[in-house]
Amino acid sequence: MTGAATKTWLTDWQRRAFATPLDTALTIGVGLILAWLAWIALDWALLRAVFRAEDVALCKEANAGACWSVIDARHRLILFGLYPYDEHWRSTLAAAAIIGTVVLSCIPWFWTATRITATWVSGFAAYYLLMEGSILGLPQVTTDKWGGLSLVLFLFSSVVLLGMPMGLGLALMRRSRLPLLRLVATLIIDFIRSLPLLTTLFTAAVVLPILLPDWLQGDKIWRVIIAFALFFACYQAEVFRGGFQAIPDGQYEAGRALGLGKWQILIAIILPQVFRHALPATINMVVVTFKETAVVIIIGFFDLLASASAAFGTGDWVAYYMETYLFVAFIYWAFITSLGRYGEYLKDRMRQEEH
Amino acid sequence: MLGWRDFRRMTTGEIALQICVLLVLVVVVLSAYFSARINLAELGITSGFSFLERDTGWSYSFSLIERSIDDTYRKTLLIGFLNTLFVGFISIFFATILGFIIGTMRDSANPGLKTISSVYVQIFRNIPLILQIVFLYSILIHFPGPKQAISIGDMIFMSNRGIMVPILTLPLWSVAAIVVACLALGVVLSRSGISILKALALWLVGVVAMTGLAVLIFTPEGSSAISIPYLKGLRFREGLTLSVELVAMIVGIVLYSAAYIGEVVRGGLDEVPKGLTEAGESLGLGRFGIWWTIKMPMALRSMIPPLGNQWIFTMKATTVGVAIGFSDLFYIVSTSITQSGQTLELIAILMGGFLAVNFAVAQFVTLLNARLALKGYGS
Repeated sequence: MTGAATKTWLTDWQRRAFATPLDTALTIGVGLILAWLAWIALDWALLRAVFRAEDVALCKEANAGACWSVIDARHRLILFGLYPYDEHWRSTLAAAAIIGTVVLSCIPWFWTATRITATWVSGFAAYYLLMEGSILGLPQVTTDKWGGLSLVLFLFSSVVLLGMPMGLGLALMRRSRLPLLRLVATLIIDFIRSLPLLTTLFTAAVVLPILLPDWLQGDKIWRVIIAFALFFACYQAEVFRGGFQAIPDGQYEAGRALGLGKWQILIAIILPQVFRHALPATINMVVVTFKETAVVIIIGFFDLLASASAAFGTGDWVAYYMETYLFVAFIYWAFITSLGRYGEYLKDRMRQEEH
Repeated sequence: MLGWRDFRRMTTGEIALQICVLLVLVVVVLSAYFSARINLAELGITSGFSFLERDTGWSYSFSLIERSIDDTYRKTLLIGFLNTLFVGFISIFFATILGFIIGTMRDSANPGLKTISSVYVQIFRNIPLILQIVFLYSILIHFPGPKQAISIGDMIFMSNRGIMVPILTLPLWSVAAIVVACLALGVVLSRSGISILKALALWLVGVVAMTGLAVLIFTPEGSSAISIPYLKGLRFREGLTLSVELVAMIVGIVLYSAAYIGEVVRGGLDEVPKGLTEAGESLGLGRFGIWWTIKMPMALRSMIPPLGNQWIFTMKATTVGVAIGFSDLFYIVSTSITQSGQTLELIAILMGGFLAVNFAVAQFVTLLNARLALKGYGS
């Protein structure tokens, strides 16, 4: 920002902040309240806090603030759940692979169908091989031992990876000329969308074993992931539908005039534009999905929330539930805020390009 | 609808594709049916809804009406459904009010209001709801016991047993009468043709007036109009006890939903053309006048559809209460499944309940939309 721009911004701010006596009072009052809250938080969380696990005795002193010792002592449990202690490096690398995949997908260079698919498939494969092991001399760790942040990232990435093509399929079916396909897609989308996510996941975990023959039941985690992906797909299908609606009929006609077939028009002309139009809403869906993964604790998965409860559930740590929850809340908050911020930045950029 | 002409226009391949889809559907349904028969026979469960008349024999955290562990499954499920509706509507009500305040603050020119409201939205929108509710719940159950309860003016007491608040000592039937009268007033006002904001303001005045009147008329003789909780022995007497689960649920959902509704409101206010606000300024309207007579009425129209989605979301969000043991429909259904084994019937009841709630809220939103629509715009 140049000096002149800063100056106009500042005078504008001054004008708005002190326009009337009421404004002045509000600005100063709110400023004082925020400063006071910030001071309390800072004082509790940093200045008077105890950080090291060995110093846990200090937490019991009268003027002690936050007791971050619980995090120091139990962060392995919170982040990795029941994953074997000696293999935690694998869980760390696997989580890094997923985070890397998400970060790469934010770079425009990766926004072609092949590049984005390759990134996600390879990121996911890397994650799975590292976590599951049993190749390259890594001991096998079954999915029931996965937990904590790695499990959250696993659920998130597999739901998005499976749900995206499912959503596109549902959206295409709903636009289809064929009445049966249209009917099926509409029924599925409207039905799933009117149920709470928890109901869908619960059905997959508890009810599906009754409805499926034994050989088709598979692991509970996969049933839940597929149900979650279906839930994601139903919402994402509506996002894609919005994208399709933004494309004028002339584009299809132009494609036909060039002698292209139906699928060629779809793949070469329509879909790239649909993805572009649907991008902000898609990122929003991805953010919401990350947040919603937290409900899997209810159907018995050892996610970040469950491992947090386990972390302060025993021995000396019972009193420090607040520090543990704040730590987990901060992890979620950091992921969700950075993804959300990126979405807003993208929306602004696209709006500017349109003008 | 599908006519013969559609079939003639389709190619053979397209018809074959649809037949395949139909076949797959039939196979899926049939295989689900036969698997269910085999699996249920193995578990020794007879299907059907006759279990609804059996006694449950287990207890749960919260109910609006009298209950005991000898209730039938039918009654227990009904209580669960009522709890979901209760928490859902209360949360929607308060979240909408708070959301409008937050959204208006975010739209205001004052930097102080803007900062505090965006900090609020950034915090509460970006942390999973279930985490917020569990967090709140653990704070509430770590409150001191009844003897050391935190008191606010000796009227409200906060302890690990819940929050005790004063309550009007009205007989139950008069409360029901007030509720019916308030609903009737709402219907009359919404049909009277005055603007929706005025109708809302009038309705609120009417509700307060009717409650006041009822207190004057119906308070039982010899008792005071308000029952204030007080500590006797180890527990509180009189007043109304709001259980820890209920408070955590409502406060958690309200704070979370209000952040989303705030964004909807801000978006709506943001879309009002600047020319209109400037026109209001040149007419000499104050800031409140512009907000009330120009911005809000205009913004409401674009706000209603996303607001309706948020209301439906709030209704569905009540299911996470199971994490803290609040007995909503989901909690009751999942407990019933473990206790009775009637999985398929119970899950159908759960889904049916939510489909009905969604349908009702969606109908209400359509009604609001029609009421707000400008003549000559849209369809």
